[in-house]
Amino acid sequence: MTTVVEFSNVSRHYGEVRAVDRVSLEIAEGEFFSMLGPSGSGKTTCLRLIAGFEQLSEGRVIIEGRDATGLPPYKRNVNTVFQDYALFPHMNVLDNIAYGLMVKGVGKKERRSRAEEALAMVALSDYASRKPAQLSGGQRQRIALARALVNRPKVLLLDEPLGALDLKLREQMQSELKSLQRRLGITFIFVTHDQTEALSMSDRVAVFNKGRIEQMDSPRNLYNRPSTAFVAEFVGTANVIGGALSERLSRAGKSFALRPEYVSVNGADTSGDIRMGGTVRDVQYQGANTRYEIELEGGAVINASEANAFHGNDSGPRAGQQVSVSWHSDAMVELQGGASL
Amino acid sequence: MHSEKASVWLKIAAWGGLVFLHFPIFIIALYAFNTEESAFSFPPPGLTTKWFAVAFSRADVLDSILLSLQIACIATVIAMILGTLAAAALYRRNFFGKESITLMLILPIALPGIITGLALLSAFKTLDVSPGVMTIVIGHATFCVVIVYNNVVARFRRTSHSLIEASMDLGADGWQTFRYIILPNLGTAMLAGGMLAFALSFDELIVTTFTAGHEKPLPIWLLNQLTRPRDVPVTNVVALMVMLVTMIPVLLAYLLTKGGEDVAGSGK
Repeated sequence: MTTVVEFSNVSRHYGEVRAVDRVSLEIAEGEFFSMLGPSGSGKTTCLRLIAGFEQLSEGRVIIEGRDATGLPPYKRNVNTVFQDYALFPHMNVLDNIAYGLMVKGVGKKERRSRAEEALAMVALSDYASRKPAQLSGGQRQRIALARALVNRPKVLLLDEPLGALDLKLREQMQSELKSLQRRLGITFIFVTHDQTEALSMSDRVAVFNKGRIEQMDSPRNLYNRPSTAFVAEFVGTANVIGGALSERLSRAGKSFALRPEYVSVNGADTSGDIRMGGTVRDVQYQGANTRYEIELEGGAVINASEANAFHGNDSGPRAGQQVSVSWHSDAMVELQGGASL
Repeated sequence: MHSEKASVWLKIAAWGGLVFLHFPIFIIALYAFNTEESAFSFPPPGLTTKWFAVAFSRADVLDSILLSLQIACIATVIAMILGTLAAAALYRRNFFGKESITLMLILPIALPGIITGLALLSAFKTLDVSPGVMTIVIGHATFCVVIVYNNVVARFRRTSHSLIEASMDLGADGWQTFRYIILPNLGTAMLAGGMLAFALSFDELIVTTFTAGHEKPLPIWLLNQLTRPRDVPVTNVVALMVMLVTMIPVLLAYLLTKGGEDVAGSGK
């Protein structure tokens, strides 16, 4: 496995603010790597450091084995798909796609055939002579993708490219992006604040918080083995168990993550070795699942989520009702750093 | 309750305002075709186009028109270059003193022409520059730069900065980005600003008076004509021409900037 992008102790400061704070990572060739985090967590700044739009304050960014410090964007073998697509409004679709080849001095004929090829790749061959303003959001997205990929970059950077699309289109683009990436074998670095998106598409995900990486792992490990309370709560939903409740479970001083779907309400799953009584405070029907907010004896609040598939139209426990909850102690993942419930 | 239809009084007031603004222009246009030489009876006893022939055969009229065109053209070119550069420098970066520089740049259109004129005159005296075409051009450029700057800076603000980044990202260096992305996006705004600047320069009287010396550009020629009642029809013909020469660029500028939204859209 070859490393294409490497950060070693990279920081980016704006005055007192540390937008990126001593980040180190290695991204392998052909990998689909996601940077996930809330806004202001430093993920986009990291992407811009790779693209060359930002200068780093400390550390080193290495692209394809070369120190990229001070290298302007046009001398880096990476291309970006921008959040607002940034299609050139005064050029038609084909000229937009051919732009990168044109400024690099590729001949007119080859330019045209490669641009047409890229356009076919995103299934928009009929739109070559349109202006960007005449396209829908999803079409612009694809043109932006084709415009970047026509340059055959080593690394493709995607800055929340699906944020402006509606849900159905977004899901469709997710699977298209993923299959495109597999087919081309190009490294994709994908910035998003949407955890489902990151989980479903990526080989590896780095979770950013306050300029630092909290955890870097495969989607499966990230969900099943979150290392901090932040990751547990940002990736999916989690009950973070600590304080008095930890004490009651005779694990004082430690904190744990427990996914709501592992908490069983009224003994639907009888194998759980931890059992407690509680009162339902709120019930949220979510279609596939029903979410219960339950106040345990002793005051702590815990969320439980049950799949509706096997309950028919039965509405289950209602708010105010006494219930018993149970879970496996194996389902509790110990977290680093204290957090309280 | 709001009625969709404007009230009768509002309509009358609106039309009254328009008539008030444009009636004098209509009168000038009308009397440019008057058959009488120095009397002004209303309505004119007859209409003729002979004054146009008279006006165009007079050397002083032609000289003034050419001089004014020359001044307006040079001032416009200067304004387009300096105004665009100023806009490019000021629209994005924040630096110490930016607000003051912006204010100083815009001030010439806010200042009364008489102050600009006086200030320029005394500056030229101090520097021992004799008044002439160059001093008029400099005087006009002071406010023409502002016009171009305002147009271009507005376009810059509406142009998504990611376009520039996208261009660099795709391999274009600074010059290529300017040539292929920035310039085409600014082009119409620069042109519109330039046309407005041209129109302003062409009929600027006050600043011109202070900086002209012995030169006689069109506005000064027109002012001098007021003392010659026998020339009134010729004066009217020239005034009508000034109107056309200034109005056409203004209209074009309006058309150029009207469709600006989709020229500089951010891509959404």
